[in-house]
Amino acid sequence: MKQPAIETTTPSTTDSAKLNRRTVQQHIVEVVSDSGEGAQTCGQMFGTVSAKMGNGIWTVEIIPAEIEPPRRSSAGASGNRIRLGSNPVTNAGDTADVVIAFNEQVLYSRIDGGALKPGTLVFLESVWAEDPQEEVRNAYQEALADFKKREFEVIEVPMEKECLKHTEDPRRGKNMWALGLLCAIYERDLELVHGEIVKKFTRKGKSVVNTNLALVDAGFNWAKENLSYRFEVPVVGTPEPMVVMNGNQAVGLGAMASGMDVCSMYPITPATSASHYLASVFHKAGGVVHQAEDEIAAVGFALGASYAGKTACTITSGPGLALKSEFLGLAVMAEIPLVVVVVQRGGPSTGLPTKIEQGDLLATLYGSPGDSPKIILAAATIDECFHFVITARKLAEQFRGPVIVLTDANLATGQQPFKRPVIREEWLAPPIDQSQWDSTVPPFDWDPETGISRRPIPGQRGGEYVLTGLAHGEESRVAYESGINQRAMAMRSRKLAVLQNSLKQPKLHGASEGDLLVVSWGSTLGAVEEAIDRVREDGGKVASLHLRFLSPLEPGLKEIFGRFKKIMTVEINYSDEEGEPYITPTTRRYAQLARILRDHTLVDVDCWSRVPGSPIPPGAIEAELRKRLNTEN
Amino acid sequence: MYGLKKDWVMEKRPRVCVLEDYVGSEARWCPGCGDHAVLSSVQRVARDLQLPPEKTVIVSGIGCSSRFPHYMKTYGFHGLHGRALPVACGIRSRRPDLDIIVVTGDGDCCAIGTAHWIHAIRYNMNITVLLLDNNIYGLTKAQTSPTTKRTERSNTHPRGSFFVSLNPISVTLGIDNASFVAQTVDWNPPHLYETIKAAHEHKGTSFVRILQRCPHYTSHIFAEAQRDSSLMLLMRHPEGINVPDAVAKTFKNQVEHDPSNLNEGREIASQSNGVYPIGLFYKNPQAERYDDFTSYGLEMGPSAEIEAVNEALDRFMV
Ligand SMILES: Cc1ncc(C[n+]2csc(CCOP(=O)(O)OP(=O)(O)O)c2C)c(N)n1
Ligand code: SF4
Ligand SMILES: [Mg+2]
Repeated sequence: MKQPAIETTTPSTTDSAKLNRRTVQQHIVEVVSDSGEGAQTCGQMFGTVSAKMGNGIWTVEIIPAEIEPPRRSSAGASGNRIRLGSNPVTNAGDTADVVIAFNEQVLYSRIDGGALKPGTLVFLESVWAEDPQEEVRNAYQEALADFKKREFEVIEVPMEKECLKHTEDPRRGKNMWALGLLCAIYERDLELVHGEIVKKFTRKGKSVVNTNLALVDAGFNWAKENLSYRFEVPVVGTPEPMVVMNGNQAVGLGAMASGMDVCSMYPITPATSASHYLASVFHKAGGVVHQAEDEIAAVGFALGASYAGKTACTITSGPGLALKSEFLGLAVMAEIPLVVVVVQRGGPSTGLPTKIEQGDLLATLYGSPGDSPKIILAAATIDECFHFVITARKLAEQFRGPVIVLTDANLATGQQPFKRPVIREEWLAPPIDQSQWDSTVPPFDWDPETGISRRPIPGQRGGEYVLTGLAHGEESRVAYESGINQRAMAMRSRKLAVLQNSLKQPKLHGASEGDLLVVSWGSTLGAVEEAIDRVREDGGKVASLHLRFLSPLEPGLKEIFGRFKKIMTVEINYSDEEGEPYITPTTRRYAQLARILRDHTLVDVDCWSRVPGSPIPPGAIEAELRKRLNTEN
Repeated sequence: MYGLKKDWVMEKRPRVCVLEDYVGSEARWCPGCGDHAVLSSVQRVARDLQLPPEKTVIVSGIGCSSRFPHYMKTYGFHGLHGRALPVACGIRSRRPDLDIIVVTGDGDCCAIGTAHWIHAIRYNMNITVLLLDNNIYGLTKAQTSPTTKRTERSNTHPRGSFFVSLNPISVTLGIDNASFVAQTVDWNPPHLYETIKAAHEHKGTSFVRILQRCPHYTSHIFAEAQRDSSLMLLMRHPEGINVPDAVAKTFKNQVEHDPSNLNEGREIASQSNGVYPIGLFYKNPQAERYDDFTSYGLEMGPSAEIEAVNEALDRFMV
């Protein structure tokens, strides 16, 4: 490999004797650039390599809403946050320790988002100081002065200048150079980095691979020569084999591992990449991704396949869920198994298409007209994104109806290592039954106790029936007598009670009784538990309870609630704040899980929820908990 | 079994399905409704082709016509208004072994289900689509449908419809990859029967518009054409619908039309002289079929699937 020439005109020339080496248990790194400059790739690779070296990681994408927003604008910031630690990392954390910014404007978007703190080490591209345009030069200088006031530790870095030695288009190469820089200061294994580059760029040809290798090495060597910072994040080795991926890839793999035949979808952010991933591998497992003409057709197609005995899923986000709701009602009414993955984004309407929210819980629960009881699960980790699809497939078949798996934009694009699953044959859907059906058994042979029944599949002789969305009895004949509807509704509803009966009481994190209990669901798990741990370190009598099943709810909640003085949910969706104009205890609209819990337990469950379009950091939750504990005492 | 030769097999009597094997609950359409005629034609075609009832699926939307599956003794899927086609395509995607017939109405197919209609024609999966077109919304009590003629009265347009009506045949012939487009009438059972049979035998999406009388709401609409066959134009060709000569003789207007000639088919379909062309407008057995793509990997066993999942998973190993 060609070694780059080292320039000595850079700010902080060092030699190894003067290294500023620090050992940290965890660190938060961000890479931000204009959209299209590849900061996301840089961050992902840094995360992957760190995971491969045995660190815990959690990554979050920093996503602009448009594909090509204007350059050098704070609205266009694109990139990645990587939190790495000695132990498994469960959330994105609070403020960043190290940031690499490709221009000062994108950094402002992170400052506005509260991602930086005094002392954050910022590596800032310095090319703007010599920009031909005066406004750019001025903006850069002003920002430098401002950053100083904000007490960031800014190191100007000649990224473009250095990259030009290896590529004609530094806008496309800076990200690899920056990756090299990060790898030098975090002492990452360059071989692993090379491996990732080869994996990522092989398809684009040898010369692209070589250029990227040269750029990484250049960044690495430049940093070794010119930067004194070294951060060691010691590894507490896990003996088990691990995989690292994002939540959408995990959903796709889950679909494969559950033996799905069909994934029928219509593109919608942030769900689409799950289908992208699936489309790239599904055929190898004998499955097919169908891109339908709209979400209604997507779910209809999946239901058709399922009715015919094949296993099917559909993957979508809020607006797509809205379109699917009529068919979901049919799936409940006619008891057709179906897995629906809803990757939540901000709503209502088009909302925040690329950003996280937990706003679709009530829509999934109540979205269809009439009484339409269905099973709803929410994944809290990327590991669960994988396993819950498999669980959902089984539940859909056993309980004969739709099962919804909620994930969100944070899980969809975030990366996290988890134990490599050992694929089991029992996860796969069994081959379809084409044996003779006992024609004395009706198509809805509801067990009078449980409401559960077996279904005939087209091809089974003796099982011929007409599935219908009209009210019907056991024979699937249109119900004209009033009693039939009452009974059929009871049978469909009963199944949820039966499922709840077979679930375990959820486990508390923290105190088993005390002053305050936080109830949460979905991707907030890590942040909530970290906040609880911090408060408990100072003697706070607090605990958290994280729910995976939202319909039916896990059992024993009321009993657990009885052990705490105050119960509140922490959620990323909207709720009114008491004390705001017109908002009183009677007018106040609660966060979504809080409403369900209040309804279910008759306990006065409070809530604290926010819709910033980003994960709620543990520090913010911690602050709220402390506030509540103080007003309590 | 003891005493029997190794290659002994019990001689099975060949299975013969009779008409009753296709007859489900009693049809509840109005007396004289054209849907009755379509039902009995479908049942006869099924019997004559000996379609196993357990391998036959009738898929419909919502409407009078969409009650159809309940009156068959096969499998059926009576789903949502406008959404029969996606369901049928989904069934077909992984079940090449089933016979799939879609029954839809002019509101169901040409209004609420328009997007699916257009795309299902593009997908050209192997299904038979029967559009029962009575120029009105029957089930919901006489509202204007897309095929209602301009100035016809309905409950939503009591002073006559403003809309220029839509011609489902012209629309279908305008969709790329259309592979079988025919028209027939409920009041000519032999033509109806032959058309449904030809549609069933075609491999691909066969789209058949059936002009259907609704004596309850629009009794006057096809009354003239029923009385006077010169208000119909019979398309004939060896590659077209095989109508017995005795039946053909009753048509005063006839035209020789080669169903591989798309442009001529379009011309005939778009005539605006008040005459209904019946027969096959277009057929292309070579059109691409999406089910060839979606049925990929059907035979794959669990061990191959597990291997594929493991291989995919290993790409994420740290
Ligand atoms: C989503 C939805 N919208 C409206 C309806 C009410 N609806 C039922 S059938 C129908 C029209 C039926 O007309 P057509 O498809 O021509 O069938 P026909 O009754 O004439 O056979 C309508 C509007 C419905 N069932 N679902
Ligand atoms: S209303 Fe018309 S279409 Fe409906 S059943 Fe009666 S005659 Fe047939
Ligand atoms: Mg109609």
